[in-house]
Amino acid sequence: MERIPILKMGEYLLVTIQVDMHDQLALTLQDDLTNRIVETRAKGVLIDISSLEIVDSFIGRMLGNIGAMSRILDAETVVVGMRPAVAITLVELGLSLKGVRTALNVEKGMDLLRAQVARKVSGNGRSPD
Amino acid sequence: MESNTTVAKLPEMVKKHQQNLLATWVSHQLASKHSRPGLIKESELRQQSQQFLSAFIQALQNGASFEIGSSTWAGVRDILSQISRSRATQGFSPTETALFVFSLKQPLFSVIRQELALDGVALADQTWSTTLLLDELGLYTMEVYQKGREEFISRQQQELTELSTPVVSLWEGVLALPLIGTLDSSRTQVVMENLLEQIVSTGASLAIIDITGVPTVDTLVAQHLLKTVAAARLMGADCIISGIRPQIAQTIVHLGVELGNVITKASLADAFAVALERSGLMITRAASRP
Repeated sequence: MERIPILKMGEYLLVTIQVDMHDQLALTLQDDLTNRIVETRAKGVLIDISSLEIVDSFIGRMLGNIGAMSRILDAETVVVGMRPAVAITLVELGLSLKGVRTALNVEKGMDLLRAQVARKVSGNGRSPD
Repeated sequence: MESNTTVAKLPEMVKKHQQNLLATWVSHQLASKHSRPGLIKESELRQQSQQFLSAFIQALQNGASFEIGSSTWAGVRDILSQISRSRATQGFSPTETALFVFSLKQPLFSVIRQELALDGVALADQTWSTTLLLDELGLYTMEVYQKGREEFISRQQQELTELSTPVVSLWEGVLALPLIGTLDSSRTQVVMENLLEQIVSTGASLAIIDITGVPTVDTLVAQHLLKTVAAARLMGADCIISGIRPQIAQTIVHLGVELGNVITKASLADAFAVALERSGLMITRAASRP
């Protein structure tokens, strides 16, 4: 079965969506990702959607859900590389992904993720690993 | 059929009196109180009238039909649209343009009266059918004139939309979007697309939307602004709305518009200061002057 690879990089997970998403693929990703977060005790998830050209309300909602689920599992989510057309579509659909952080590209996304995790760790009063 | 006989007679009459008709028609046009000697030369007017008249005769001879939409009248329609378009650009008013065709009525009727003086019924029939024909041609002229104006307006509107939505780069990673004029949905679309394209190409992480030039902000405009902000956020760029005049601040609150967690500033300068602070930059005075 087709799957979207989830790469582990330090304490972060990298998801690069290179194919057009269909509903089943999105549900599988949601499943895999939550499992991997628990398995690897990841602190952050970076989802690169720069190759994603078509979104519908389901995929948009799925992105939001992944963000919410990750937060419950104590991992920050950053969505990077959204195309202008995709952004406009999501806004027109009324989905502004409130719970998810966004960045222009992978580099900025990683910076954001690091800053976010560092802030959270210091905020909780725990020493960084 | 009776109408056929009258139609059959008209081309002959017009043909017979062509020169006379042209001369009286042109002099009628020149003498009319709507004549505009400053806008069009007499020679040009004469030439246009000549062209129309010969096409008119041609069409009359070719078919028994008074249906100006048919192919028989294609030549006449072409000439009329040409004249009508050129008049629209020359600055003629609608009335003056329509009068080109309508002023043919009087000369044409006197020809008909002259020819059919002895037959009252035929005279009335002929006059009536000719009136209908000329009316249709006149209305066609107006339609073309109107269409020309509409094309002109929509072209200008489009230019205005593109002109008034520039995205400028203020600093590395800081974009400014000075909005001028009312925001409707089609303009918002253009603005949004421009902004997002620029965010991608410059890699900016902050965009300042300046609404100093937006005359009024109602719920719809606010909604459009918020949409733009949300779209930019999805691309990973934060937005600051600046240039909010006191009047507009009052309106926004009275309307109960919720701007959410968007940063708002009174002036572009304030917004720029925030942008610099975010980028970790600082402006300091150079060495103090004596």
